[in-house]
Amino acid sequence: MLIKIPASGECRESEVTTEAAYLSRRQILGGVMLSGAAAGLPALAKASERYPGVTSAPAPKWFTDKLASARWQAVVPDGEAITPFADASQYNNFYEFGPNKGDPARHASTLKVEPWSVLIGGEVDQPGRYALEELCSESRLQERIYRLRCVEAWSMVIPWLGFPLADLIRKAQPHSSAKFIRFETAYRSEEMRGTRSGFGLIDWPYVEGLRMDEAMHPLTLLAVGMYGRTLPNQNGAPLRLVVPWKYGFKSIKSIVRISFVREQPITTWQSMAPQEYGFYANVNPKVSHPRWSQARERRLPGSLFSTKLRDTQLFNGYAEQVAGLYSSMDLSKDY
Amino acid sequence: MRYPVWRPAVFACAASLPLYWLYLGWQFALGPDPGKVLVDNLGEGALVLLLLTLSMTPMQRLTGWGGWLAVRRQLGLWCFTYALLHLSGYLYFLLGGEFSRLGEELRERPYVLVGGLGFVGLTVLAMTSSRWSMRRLGKRWKKVHRLVYLIVILALLHMLWVVRADAARWFLYAGIAMALFFLRVPAVTKTLASVRSRKGRGE
Repeated sequence: MLIKIPASGECRESEVTTEAAYLSRRQILGGVMLSGAAAGLPALAKASERYPGVTSAPAPKWFTDKLASARWQAVVPDGEAITPFADASQYNNFYEFGPNKGDPARHASTLKVEPWSVLIGGEVDQPGRYALEELCSESRLQERIYRLRCVEAWSMVIPWLGFPLADLIRKAQPHSSAKFIRFETAYRSEEMRGTRSGFGLIDWPYVEGLRMDEAMHPLTLLAVGMYGRTLPNQNGAPLRLVVPWKYGFKSIKSIVRISFVREQPITTWQSMAPQEYGFYANVNPKVSHPRWSQARERRLPGSLFSTKLRDTQLFNGYAEQVAGLYSSMDLSKDY
Repeated sequence: MRYPVWRPAVFACAASLPLYWLYLGWQFALGPDPGKVLVDNLGEGALVLLLLTLSMTPMQRLTGWGGWLAVRRQLGLWCFTYALLHLSGYLYFLLGGEFSRLGEELRERPYVLVGGLGFVGLTVLAMTSSRWSMRRLGKRWKKVHRLVYLIVILALLHMLWVVRADAARWFLYAGIAMALFFLRVPAVTKTLASVRSRKGRGE
């Protein structure tokens, strides 16, 4: 089987153009859907005004500055209702803070997210430890409303704030030998009570990875905020990945390390249960999972009277944009 | 009726818990995925009730109080009820009532099959729990009801398969089950009885 891996050191002008074209098209769609009402809001609008029920949080100065020039609703999915902030911020999987859905919201406040720095290394010209504000200094903040599909068969729709991972990759200047990117979550046992459990099955720190072309894809986002504010700790503050066509566990939280590597990294869930979790973890209703049927999903919030079950879409509905990345692969084998 | 307060109290406790969960779900207090929470709570509740049922005989041996045995059948039937509600919740909330998908679920997800087998076992025990069945089955009744030990193992396996990241709860239940099995080893049972009789004589 032939897998084409583009040389990553190249500047990839083509990707930039695609992105711009893609975004402008989406912006029009979004504007149409929302009848221009929200799109016309002044950029300075506060988080609480943008989305109902959002609790405000103190934000560092660099974030507030960037927010003023943010491009709101740069990507908006057609006909999707945004999940309420309360649900998106209180129903989380972040096992560093405990195994239950409510644990992260209860216990993640102990994580110290400021100051934050990220160690960039591996096959790059510009390795080193970067402060978070340095990492996004040249990028304009964008709001992207993405569907989030968890491997546990539930889904949400979340307005993220961030910048394309491709921006950071260009900044780091990887060598052509870098074929994959490996991400690592902070591991601070004194701040993360879930990591202190004697019966935990996860080998910390949490590790995820992407192939270089996936990482360069314009949809791949590094998020620093959501719902018009900074990320709540339980949602992966202060820096997380968002890859909307993959199961949620690929979107690694609270990133402290980004390495450009030659070999496919060994990721956390894949190493724990390779028959259940693949490296690619693309949302695919046809590839079954031994725990959950992936054919359908529960769109949250649900209630006792409506289960809100809906069919899961291939690549979580982003097939048009990303299917090309996998055209030469057998998705039932490379799941 | 013997134990006129104790038995209705156990009944009220066991009955009120699922009603309370349902009420919380009604009030949107179970979070954005209330169906899943109900299914999980009912499943875990059924396992706890199964272990409680099995602990009544050792409790009676240890304390000599007959009240434990007076609620044993009731607790077993509650375990069956919780398991039935757990199964119904799974079919309604997680499968969306699409019974056509049940075949695939049983084939591809072994924990569903194991849970299903456990439920079949519980159904057999619940159906043969009446006095009439006990008389009818005679000596065989005890043999049939030894099935409960297999059901405990199936239930624990069913839960272990669902555990994703932290097995603390599972180890707790498995540990209790092991202890309850251990207390049924004849030599241990004898020692337990002698402990009580010594206590009874005030030594």
